[in-house]
Amino acid sequence: MIKLVLLWSDLLVLLLLWTGAGLAWLARNNETLRGPWRQVLGSRMGASTALVLAVYAGIGLLDSIHYVERLPEVPGKAAQYSGEVRSALDALLAPLRENVEKTYSAPFATRLYAKETVQGADGRETRDYPRLRHGGAHLADPERDFWPDLRLRSGLGMLAGLLVWSLLAAAASASAGPASSRPPGRAGGATGVLLALCLTAGLLIALAPYYHVLGTDKVGQDVLYLSLKSVRTGLLIGTLTTLVMLPFALGLGIAAGYFGGRIDDVIQYLYTTLNSIPGVLLIAAAVLVVQVQIESHPELFDSAAARSDLRLLALCAILGVTGWTGLARLLRAEALKLRELEFVQAARAFGVGHGRILLRHLLPNVMHLVLITVVLDFSGLVLAEAVLSYVGVGVDPAMFSFGNMINGARLELAREPVVWWQLAAAFVLMFVLVLAANLFADQVRDALDPKSRGRT
Amino acid sequence: MLNYLIRRVFYAIPILLGVNLLTFALFFMVNTPDDMARIHLGVKHVTAEAIGRWKIEHGYDKPLFFNARAAGAEKATDTLFVEKSLKLFLLDFGAADDGRDIAHEIGNRMWPSLAIALPTFLVGLLAYISFALLLVFFRGTPLDAGGVILCVALMSISGLFYVIGGQYLMGKLWHWFPISGYQPGLDAWKFLLMPVLVSVVASIGDSARFYRALFFEEIGKDYVRTARAKGLSELRVLFRHVLGNAMIPILTGVVVVIPRLFLGSLIIESFFGIPGLGSYTIDAIQAQDFAIVRSMVFLGSLLYIVGLMLTDISYTLVDPRVRLE
Repeated sequence: MIKLVLLWSDLLVLLLLWTGAGLAWLARNNETLRGPWRQVLGSRMGASTALVLAVYAGIGLLDSIHYVERLPEVPGKAAQYSGEVRSALDALLAPLRENVEKTYSAPFATRLYAKETVQGADGRETRDYPRLRHGGAHLADPERDFWPDLRLRSGLGMLAGLLVWSLLAAAASASAGPASSRPPGRAGGATGVLLALCLTAGLLIALAPYYHVLGTDKVGQDVLYLSLKSVRTGLLIGTLTTLVMLPFALGLGIAAGYFGGRIDDVIQYLYTTLNSIPGVLLIAAAVLVVQVQIESHPELFDSAAARSDLRLLALCAILGVTGWTGLARLLRAEALKLRELEFVQAARAFGVGHGRILLRHLLPNVMHLVLITVVLDFSGLVLAEAVLSYVGVGVDPAMFSFGNMINGARLELAREPVVWWQLAAAFVLMFVLVLAANLFADQVRDALDPKSRGRT
Repeated sequence: MLNYLIRRVFYAIPILLGVNLLTFALFFMVNTPDDMARIHLGVKHVTAEAIGRWKIEHGYDKPLFFNARAAGAEKATDTLFVEKSLKLFLLDFGAADDGRDIAHEIGNRMWPSLAIALPTFLVGLLAYISFALLLVFFRGTPLDAGGVILCVALMSISGLFYVIGGQYLMGKLWHWFPISGYQPGLDAWKFLLMPVLVSVVASIGDSARFYRALFFEEIGKDYVRTARAKGLSELRVLFRHVLGNAMIPILTGVVVVIPRLFLGSLIIESFFGIPGLGSYTIDAIQAQDFAIVRSMVFLGSLLYIVGLMLTDISYTLVDPRVRLE
């Protein structure tokens, strides 16, 4: 039996989903709003990167469905629940989470990284690399069986991936209509990336339960599990920060440009002051304060998960409150221009109120700037999380995140032989996410920004 | 121009005051000195006397804004706000939690910071602009397209990996440079070369792409066509006309950071063990020494405002149309 748990960040994820769905629903029949997005998703680059981002988002969403397990019933007592909060992703990755080794082991290793005293069959004790408890444990003789087994399993996995891909590709081309009626340039779409994703997924599903595909870390946890769990943290920082930042940037930026005068002076003063403080220092100062507050009120949090969750949210809030200045300045300049245009002047001449003008005439006309900035900022925020966590002002040290992963793995390069797999895993997962986000952002900008149209 | 600058100095005062109020609110009102004492003395088993003693030792035993017990004008001056916050305006930073004088530390530590930040800045600027010009020169060819893809890939890698990779390859594997550390004097170059190299490479993707976009904006304009029509060579068009006219946007981003070079880089310095202001700040953050953090915030804002003024002055140097009045 399980009971669903709603952490604060899960709630915000839901809110984000609702907002996204709502906006999509509003835009569904509006050709001016849909056009640019169709252009983004119609291009090969846009479709491919959107697909990659969707996979990451899927992992993050699965990881946002939290629950606690019911402990074995004790007669005469009310039902008790475990204090450990798990997510749907944990349930899916149960074999990875449970296959814990003693310490480091290399990717696909069948033996431990460090030597130990092992008792041989004849009772003598020798120093040797012991067999792993889980990685390759199904092999009778790892030296002999390893390669055939690996070949068989990866072959099957790739075959399955290929099968799924061809089904998906067939379904996609069937729904898109006959090839001749499709607009030119869309033919390829994202099939290449889809193939790569299907093959990777097939390989991982076939191999991960039997081997540690990306090795294990210092306390023997599977690195693949750690990296997949880190995805949610990165995504949350990239998106929730935006959620915090937008009201400030929109409200203050447009108000400054539209009203001008005293209001403009005050808002300009606000963002010059915030801007003048070195970014990392301001964030560090605010995070330190939050940290002290959390430490001195331990009674507010009923579980470790709730605590690190709140710290993550605090970090997003801080990044948002300190990060709205750039967009606000852009919006101010745009509003300054728009308020002199005929349609705004006409609205004012007809006696339309300020609130209505701001909402109906200004807001829709700056939305492209907002969208472009939001998408462009995302990758920067994912990268910032790693740096901030390294400095010690990022997410909770116990939380799964790329920053914590890199931080923990950094000194292991000094070992002999080198423990490289943790860094490599964090590198690849982050690189793919940020690269996809950067390329996607470029596509969005090209589609939405009238100035950059036709430029590369 | 002098009038303009004097006015700018006066404009700077409310901004710095705002910065001070903000940090003061963060470190003294949201987070009371009692909280601070508790963290430094260990969260558990702290007695009220121990907190009181710690506050007296570190000078935190005063009221925030108004001291009712003091006499006369001291009612307003013998307070935490004046002692800890307003004194920063006189560059009086006070003492860190370990008792050392912050101003003295800053004076010592700015030189190693500068020794890394200045070469990084200059070499970086040169590298980014030449790379961007190269891409613009070969625009429309596969070289340009490849360069842009390289830039996007480079900027998608976390800065931490550049540092770790640089240390591993150049330090551990190839033994070119010591992995970290610092030595004052002439031998310092051995320790400086790798951090400079790593920081230049780390931001080449971002910056080169930015400059490339700037140059692209210029290259479509009429004066460039005129220059070409006159029969000028492409190199001359790029270096004299495009670069010259792109100077204003370039300076906007570049001059602001010059004064802040003193503060060094947080990440680079702490990774490479350079005893500069960046690592000083990081250590302070990790030890929760708020006195140092507050001083660095103030100094950073001050230098930013100086940078804004320098930017305005630099405009008059590259564009004769700009006059400061």
